[in-house]
Amino acid sequence: MIDIAPTIAASSSRSYNWFDLAKRHRVLLASIFVLIFPFVMPFTALAVNILIYGLYALGFNLLFGYLGLLSFGHAALFGTGAYLCGIAIVHFGLPWYAAIAIGVLSALVMATLIGSLAIRTRGIYFAMVTMALAQCVYYIFYQAVDWTGGENGLRGINVRAINLFGLHFDFINPLVRYYVVASFVILAFFVLSRILASPFGAVIEAVRENEARARASGYNVVATRLMTFILSGGFCGLAGSLAALHLSIVPIEILHYETSGMVVMMALLGGMGTFFGPFVGAAVFLLLENLVSLWTVHWQLVVGGVFVVCVLFFPEGIWGTILKRIKP
Amino acid sequence: MTATAASPIILRTTGVSKMFGKFVALNNISAEFERGVITSIIGPNGAGKSTYFNLLSGAFRPTTGKVEFEGSDVTNLPQHRFAHLGIAKSFQITNIFPHLSVHENVRVGLQAFVSRYDIWRPRSMLPGLAERADELLALVGLKDRRARRARDLAHGEQRALEIGMALAANPRLLLLDEPTAGMSPEETRVMMDLIVRLAGERTVILVEHKMKLVMGISHRVLVLHHGELLAQGTPAEVRQNEQVKRVYLGQREH
Repeated sequence: MIDIAPTIAASSSRSYNWFDLAKRHRVLLASIFVLIFPFVMPFTALAVNILIYGLYALGFNLLFGYLGLLSFGHAALFGTGAYLCGIAIVHFGLPWYAAIAIGVLSALVMATLIGSLAIRTRGIYFAMVTMALAQCVYYIFYQAVDWTGGENGLRGINVRAINLFGLHFDFINPLVRYYVVASFVILAFFVLSRILASPFGAVIEAVRENEARARASGYNVVATRLMTFILSGGFCGLAGSLAALHLSIVPIEILHYETSGMVVMMALLGGMGTFFGPFVGAAVFLLLENLVSLWTVHWQLVVGGVFVVCVLFFPEGIWGTILKRIKP
Repeated sequence: MTATAASPIILRTTGVSKMFGKFVALNNISAEFERGVITSIIGPNGAGKSTYFNLLSGAFRPTTGKVEFEGSDVTNLPQHRFAHLGIAKSFQITNIFPHLSVHENVRVGLQAFVSRYDIWRPRSMLPGLAERADELLALVGLKDRRARRARDLAHGEQRALEIGMALAANPRLLLLDEPTAGMSPEETRVMMDLIVRLAGERTVILVEHKMKLVMGISHRVLVLHHGELLAQGTPAEVRQNEQVKRVYLGQREH
């Protein structure tokens, strides 16, 4: 096959335009954005919230945007991470880093359980099964009052300081707290980007594009789906753990199906299947919630209106539309 | 080469039947497929060709009977294992990854045999895959389409791409379900040339509705009718068969 040599040479020596360059360095760019973000926000606590829900939406989008499976039960993964991180601190007095590790691990286990049961269904059935299982999780945590505080939520997650490698950070200071959370979010950007660029990332896309073809090509579609669900759960568990540390309480509402529905809205608003879109969606959603509620208690009406306009006129989401417009 | 790989029979079905509820789509088909030749499965609409094809490619499981590939029973194997055995198929309806590039379509096909669950290394570091994908694209005549989105290709090109994807498995047995369906005469001619070229190195089993098309290129022909195996033999033998003439050739030449 001598005649194909020029093609290969052309592709390897191709010069990248700025768009491709930005795409290659998406982790760096997203990290820079996160680092300057609190200075353009009205108050830092909101910026921390956006980081946490942005991370939650990022993890959800791995399943929804990249694999094409709509889960309506991701609150169970977010909430499990939050509760188990909190329980590790409140009931076992573990240090913050061990609590985060437990939060992530427990979300991975929960994702394995829910995923194994739901993954064989598709479309609306998958959405319904995940929602039903998430409701089961809600009631289990609701009933386990001794461990979770039941309807009062889990209180007393008091992390006042972060000690790492001999350094001492005051976790009460909002900006310090922001950058502690941001460092985990940047780590998550990096890991997610690696997954998407990996061979498995290609399999995820292939399964989304055409299941029958992927199967005929020799890929185990069910195993691919389950693994993606579990990975997605890991990111959501990390987001949940950070939420527990940030709020110093885990409200039972974190497991409510509204939390599941919210992340669907965030991903759609920002742009499903784009790297940074879910983060943009979370930011817009929470900004609207915070700014509009200063003016009227019916902030949901405004958020709902923006959502409907987006879905109807910008089906690729805010970030997806921007990318499409600026692509050279 | 092992002893089984050298056997002249690559694929065998023994008494396979397929029921859909009470409807008998295929009834007790026993047939052997020779290595290294083109065998065509023909028959009028509703003869059970596609059902039989789906049994051979593992998409369906037979209600009764057995399918053997190179001497081992593959009847109840999950479908994704077939590619790893050395059996690849193209679909009757165009089946590609529409939003991926033409090159990526083939590269993903190749990757299934190298890496399926690695979530950490960059996929661009898998050695040789991109180059091999370009070779296969050249083979099926899509070299200059490599950067296009697969959905933007013409119909005939998409079918060629599918064959390129099937070849990514480096299969010993290539199953093609109506590869010229919906093609213009020119596209059909190109596709037939391609199939003949591919058959030099591997066994090809072809399902085809247009019988004139396959008579010229096939070494053996199986004729299905109402789910039964009506006749089999060389194209000349099948053409002379009285029953075949009656149910298929006589009515309406395709």
